[in-house]
Amino acid sequence: MKYTLSVLVENHPGVLSKVSGLFSRRGFNIDSLAVGITEDSNISRITIVAHGDEYIIEQLEKQLNKLIPVIKVRTYTDGEFISRELSLIKVNCPAKQRLDIMKIAELMEAKIVDVAINTMTLQFADTLERFETLTDLLKPYGIREIVRTGTVAIEKDSAAQRKPTV
Amino acid sequence: MISGAEIMVKCLQEEGVEIVFGYPGAVICPFFDKLCDTDIKAVLVRQEQNAAHAASGYARALLKVGVCVATSGPGALNLITGIATAYMDSIPMVAITGQVRSDVLGRDVFQEADITGACESFVKHSYLVKNTADLPRVFKEAFHIASTGRPGPVLIDVPVDVQEGTVDSFEYPEKVNIIGYKPSVHGHPMQIKRALEMISKSERPVICAGGGVLTSGSKPKFREFAQKTNIPVVSTMMGIGVMPSEDPLYVGMIGSHGVKAANMTIHNADLVILCGARVGDRAVAAPEQVAERAKVIHIDIDPAEIGKNMKTTIPIVGDMKNVISQMLEDIDYTAPAEWTEKVCKWEEDYVAKPKKFDGFVEPKSFIAKLSSMLRQKAILIADVGQNQIWCANNFKMSDGRFFTSGGMGTMGYSVPAAVGAKFARPNRDVVAVCGDGSFQMSLNELATIAQNNLNVKIIVMQNNVLGMVHELQDIHYNGRYAITELSDVPDFGVIAKAYGIESAVAESNEDAEKYAEKMLKSDKPFILICKVNPKTSSR
Repeated sequence: MKYTLSVLVENHPGVLSKVSGLFSRRGFNIDSLAVGITEDSNISRITIVAHGDEYIIEQLEKQLNKLIPVIKVRTYTDGEFISRELSLIKVNCPAKQRLDIMKIAELMEAKIVDVAINTMTLQFADTLERFETLTDLLKPYGIREIVRTGTVAIEKDSAAQRKPTV
Repeated sequence: MISGAEIMVKCLQEEGVEIVFGYPGAVICPFFDKLCDTDIKAVLVRQEQNAAHAASGYARALLKVGVCVATSGPGALNLITGIATAYMDSIPMVAITGQVRSDVLGRDVFQEADITGACESFVKHSYLVKNTADLPRVFKEAFHIASTGRPGPVLIDVPVDVQEGTVDSFEYPEKVNIIGYKPSVHGHPMQIKRALEMISKSERPVICAGGGVLTSGSKPKFREFAQKTNIPVVSTMMGIGVMPSEDPLYVGMIGSHGVKAANMTIHNADLVILCGARVGDRAVAAPEQVAERAKVIHIDIDPAEIGKNMKTTIPIVGDMKNVISQMLEDIDYTAPAEWTEKVCKWEEDYVAKPKKFDGFVEPKSFIAKLSSMLRQKAILIADVGQNQIWCANNFKMSDGRFFTSGGMGTMGYSVPAAVGAKFARPNRDVVAVCGDGSFQMSLNELATIAQNNLNVKIIVMQNNVLGMVHELQDIHYNGRYAITELSDVPDFGVIAKAYGIESAVAESNEDAEKYAEKMLKSDKPFILICKVNPKTSSR
């Protein structure tokens, strides 16, 4: 099961290693991890995408909460949140293929950020699924390099509003 | 102007620290130098690991934060095993280490080690202090974190220039404010209510008590609860002492090395009430089997322990003392006699009959006998190995304490922990029981004992083998004793003499009892060497 953990932490040196160390020493893998300062400069948000069963997720949440610099942990489930990832994709692009790739970029709403004699670089910010679609489309041309930021996520207020109050 | 070192010392005074266990080194000198100006006693151990164990013994005996101090690099690294041992057993401890100058950090200078990094997974929290001005806050937080919630070790790493640096004045913060650390100490009233309902419906309840009952200081309330409800009590190794050993309600220690009747009780129960116990693998090898047959109420201060090892029906997060008091107030239940009688019957049926060998001390019956010779409130500290199991199952007491390295199983724990416990409780009997293997892991501390003329009693169960593994090799490796024979064990009597410590050698239980009497009468340290047959089993 894939899950997204959103961890609010105190913005101190060493906190990231405490958080990531918790995963590695319990043998849990991380698919992606993104860190950034929040609206409060003393607080950072770490967004982690990983997979595991319910037991692992529960344990991770609890163990993360035990870390002193961790302020809040949330596990997002489907439909509750909006997630995005920024990626830069460098694809083979001899002159005769430029139009093809430009069309794909337009179709997928990717931005062309660099064009060279034999390559083109696209900037893409969207969900994981859309990213996979884009890379599937580009694969036949030959992808040279992909750089990804890791997923960031934020709670969807509109979904919370629709929930019946208990 | 006040220096960082002076601040550190003042912080310790503010926290009511009376003693530190440590070992010096160049970059912790400013601190030790200023410590000389105070009433705080500094005890020199003979290896840093033992400073942590001594602080652990001290902390357990007083239910107060123990403090150990070491220098940078190897000094700090030697502390690690001791810190990890304390972490596994939830012992409140503050470990202070000197560090190389902050401007050369990371350059691999002489005696530099990334100790905060190395200790990451064995500490409740750690600090690498970069500014002298941060010291008061760091110390305040460290002592708060170590002693509240689920207790544990906190490391403070202080570069030498931070100790030497000065600030204008010293002010100790009155309060701590750590946004991410607010342990919930009061059990949720709804959960408690549900738990009481569940108890009232149970036909075969059992309480399984762990170290949390003791570290939280809720032993009296806990005993009251058991007595009021008549629910049988089993304990984990860390929970030994929650009930008087001879109390009819107390069945014994559970687990692979525990008492059969205790295991029968927990496996036949329809309700298990876990109190401050994490039920590690040694306590319950197959927790899923227990949870399949029984409902489980789990009371623990650490929410991460709930559901970690055993599936829980009703979790209650809170301080044992608060939760048990609340439950005691509202409970109206008595365990069915049919069940308690059954448990008593198991206790009678499964009495182990230790096998005696001529020319040797039979350790199980000797430990039982020794218990009766000790004064009330005596502290017995078992090391790790067969001696630990002999002690765990045979140390009988009503109000005494039993310390051991339960979670980590660190050999060599007992002697330094006894040093700490004796400093904490000078008027109580403090006895360390170890094997000839574990004794040799920390016999350097005899020097600490001799130097301080500490009235610590040491019993060495000498069977010339590393008994626990030797026994395992008998069972699982067809008796091929790969590196478990301690042939040519040194003459411990001569070693004792070298340190100016009196000793005696016992080759029968009569001998052992006779010498034990002599040992307990003396007000000096004493080493009683008991010759034990290597065929003696741990259970």
